[in-house]
Amino acid sequence: MNLLLLIGLPVLTALAVLLSRNKQQVKWISLLGSLAQLGLAIALLFAFRQERAANNTAQMLFEQHYKLFAALNINFHIGVDGISVAMVLLTSFVVMAGVLVSWNIEKMTKEFYFLLILLALGAYGFFISLDLFILFFFLEISVIPKYLLIGIWGSGRKEYSANKLALMLMGGSALILVGILGLYFTAGHSFDLLSLSKTNIPGNIQHIIFPFLFIGFGVFTALFPFHTWVPDGHSSAPTAGSMFLAGISMKLGGYGCLRVATYLLPEGAKEYANIIIILSAIAILYGAFATMMQKDLKYINAYSSVSHVGFSLLGIGMLTQTAITGALLQMVSHGLMTALFFAVIGMIYDRTHTRMVAEMGGLMKVMPFISTVFFIVGLCSLGLPGLSGFVAEITVFMGSWQVDDTFHRIATIIAAMSIVVTAVYILRAIGQTVMGPVKNENFLQLKDATWNEKWAAIILVAGIVAIGVAPGWLNNLLRPAAQVIMDRISGK
Amino acid sequence: MNEFLTLMKSEWLVTAIIFLLLFIKIGKGLKNETLLPVIQVLLLLNFILGFLFTKEGHLFGNMFFTNPLIAFQKSILNFGVFLISLLFTDWLKKSQQLPEFFMLILSALLGMFLMISSGNLLIFFLSLELATIPVAALANFDLGKKRSSEGAMKMILSSAFSSGILLFGISLLYGATGTISFAELPQQLDGSPLQVLAFVFLFTAFAFKLSIVPFHLWTADVYEGSPVAVTSFLSVISKGSVAFIFITALYKVFQPMQEVWYAILVILAIATMVIGNLFAIRQQNIKRFLAFSSIAQVGFILVGISSNDRAGLVAVVYFILIYIFSNLAAFGVAGVIATASGKENISDYKGLYKTNPFLSWILTLALFSLAGIPPTAGFFGKLFLITAGASKGTYWFIAIAALNMVISLYYYLRIVRAMFMDKNEHPIPTIKTNNIAKLGLIICGTGILLTGLLSWIYDYIQSLVT
Repeated sequence: MNLLLLIGLPVLTALAVLLSRNKQQVKWISLLGSLAQLGLAIALLFAFRQERAANNTAQMLFEQHYKLFAALNINFHIGVDGISVAMVLLTSFVVMAGVLVSWNIEKMTKEFYFLLILLALGAYGFFISLDLFILFFFLEISVIPKYLLIGIWGSGRKEYSANKLALMLMGGSALILVGILGLYFTAGHSFDLLSLSKTNIPGNIQHIIFPFLFIGFGVFTALFPFHTWVPDGHSSAPTAGSMFLAGISMKLGGYGCLRVATYLLPEGAKEYANIIIILSAIAILYGAFATMMQKDLKYINAYSSVSHVGFSLLGIGMLTQTAITGALLQMVSHGLMTALFFAVIGMIYDRTHTRMVAEMGGLMKVMPFISTVFFIVGLCSLGLPGLSGFVAEITVFMGSWQVDDTFHRIATIIAAMSIVVTAVYILRAIGQTVMGPVKNENFLQLKDATWNEKWAAIILVAGIVAIGVAPGWLNNLLRPAAQVIMDRISGK
Repeated sequence: MNEFLTLMKSEWLVTAIIFLLLFIKIGKGLKNETLLPVIQVLLLLNFILGFLFTKEGHLFGNMFFTNPLIAFQKSILNFGVFLISLLFTDWLKKSQQLPEFFMLILSALLGMFLMISSGNLLIFFLSLELATIPVAALANFDLGKKRSSEGAMKMILSSAFSSGILLFGISLLYGATGTISFAELPQQLDGSPLQVLAFVFLFTAFAFKLSIVPFHLWTADVYEGSPVAVTSFLSVISKGSVAFIFITALYKVFQPMQEVWYAILVILAIATMVIGNLFAIRQQNIKRFLAFSSIAQVGFILVGISSNDRAGLVAVVYFILIYIFSNLAAFGVAGVIATASGKENISDYKGLYKTNPFLSWILTLALFSLAGIPPTAGFFGKLFLITAGASKGTYWFIAIAALNMVISLYYYLRIVRAMFMDKNEHPIPTIKTNNIAKLGLIICGTGILLTGLLSWIYDYIQSLVT
């Protein structure tokens, strides 16, 4: 399988969108492009499993290597392991759903879809690059589309949110840049992830570089206290924007924290693991309690995202194989779940023109399809067995419980307690919006989901259920890759 | 004799064009509509010929020196002037003194060519003056405007002052070492206090021309007062040429004193980036805004220069090539808008996207490139500068530079926001852009997109540096 296709297809789609003549063409080109990309991602999954089944134990598969800036030893080096495959798959699901959900965008349609695809391109490139320079390049590509998506098509305090998001993410990038350059010069002028993973970087230097990289990527993934862009950004963004932000963009950070910071700098990770655990435990609990206070559906999901993403970081901080696998599962699961959540909120808002929980009620009677999906995603969020959230969280907890000292135990217990809080706010939100009598007479005329919205929801629900019912395939994908990272941490 | 022609071919060509224009002017004269295309073709030819016969060699007893890298630097400057002639077509056509404009601009260019080829402090001084005085006249080109005269006055006074300092530095250096030749100076430098003093004076003169903080105060006023075409020449071509000779002076001539200038460079780079950025945030006029942004950009160039190795030199040349595309695109759009509507304030740009999508996209690309956002070339340019600067292992310095990229993003986004997001009852009406100017903007846009992604351009520059 040629991985260049994964980058080439979005580029072609974006160009085709730019050249298209009317809104219909734009939409169909984007839909076809993202459908092809979804097919490609699934083909990648099967090709990857086939290779692994044929006992190809190379760390990265389908590698490609081109010289880019030879003088600086920058190479266009791409390849995938299980983690990358899972992330690519997640991205293609969310992009597909995002394109479908945005079908009714009337304002500057061409620009909107162009930016969506550009954002997706950044994510695909990021997940498959094995050269830190290229990785950084793709990471930064995805920042500006977010700014424009929120600023132009957003609602509420959109300029403020867009600015805050762009500046905070760029600040994170600046830290990452310093960290990458630190690695580059200590490891003898190399940006290559695989060769860096084989070099022994002195411990004291790791202690300096690690915070730069971890905090830098942490800003992207809402590491407490750098999470403040999340609520504003998510609530102001247009529906597809929120989906991409929470579903893909925050995963870029988590992936970077694990693949770049923790994997390349194991000594640094061990040194700061406790701080990571404390921060993520705070994020989990703080996010959950903050969600209880919210009245706006988008804010509810934004703050609950902070809480849920905290589980990923907690898993990384625990530094056991199971916990790291759990962290990765949580990234995939949360990506699908939160994208679906925002999609449903967008559908409800398009009809009722309000996002306030208090103003809704009885939506089940009016739009049964949307309400059912809302129900499913809520249950996934609170960790109902059979859906992806449960699988991910239980893996994180099992992994955390393996570390048997008091500090880790307490952190695990605190994190686990948040599930109760989650149940409270999710059930309350769902109960008030979906159940009960119809509060507003005007709501009775509202229509249920259109074909595009149905497909968007079905794709994402399929993903959630697939992971929830049969987590084995994803687990098999992630666990060996997590083991490689663990081997480096334990110094094997 | 043959060498005399080929080594100095860029200088001869530019001189030939100047004389041609002079004859046209004192002869019957031509209409602007016919003269301008002729000039544009001549400049294009000049640019293309710049790539032929690029040999290494020296003339006049080491006073004039050239090699493939210097030839390439001259080509970059040539290209910048050619782009200026395209971008400001509308304004130039209206101009009463078209031949004079190009005579002056080409005289300055000739001065810059001689300056980056100079092998001797005396010829350096002479050519620096040749590169400065015509620009001061150019700054006054909007004859009807008071601000233009004011800007020109400030420029001539401050450059006279800096020339004085430069001469004083040269004489001190001659007193301390007994030579003014670039080739012989390094052997004579031992870091004695007198030499350091002389070096500081020389450095000050460079800092004036590059508008490094705290010698930047003339920049904003001159930029604001001058016509946009001249401002763009000042900020791009003039800065670029001085940066080229500055880096030669530091790396080749003052190499023995590198501890001295490294410390100065680091401090001034930080000051330049921070002050340039912080002042840019508050600006309302687009030309003042770009003035401060260009000050901040010079700060980044200093970061690259501080590396004192081959990577730094390559990164600076590469960055200036990219900077020409990006900054000229920004000035080009500002020029088109200023010529058509007379508006120069950032608040006038509100809602520009609705009426002028093409101009908005080009300006957006240019601003992103200046801010260093991928996939534009500015990302690669800035990153390589910072990478070069990091080679000494001073990470706090690099962290400050990287954080300055964030500050700069804030104010570049201000304009993007004005164009795309802010509502405006009376946006600038749709401007019918001249096709030639459009071509110039498209060249800039293509350059911004491709210079970074086509990595062989960097490799080519790398191969020129020996």
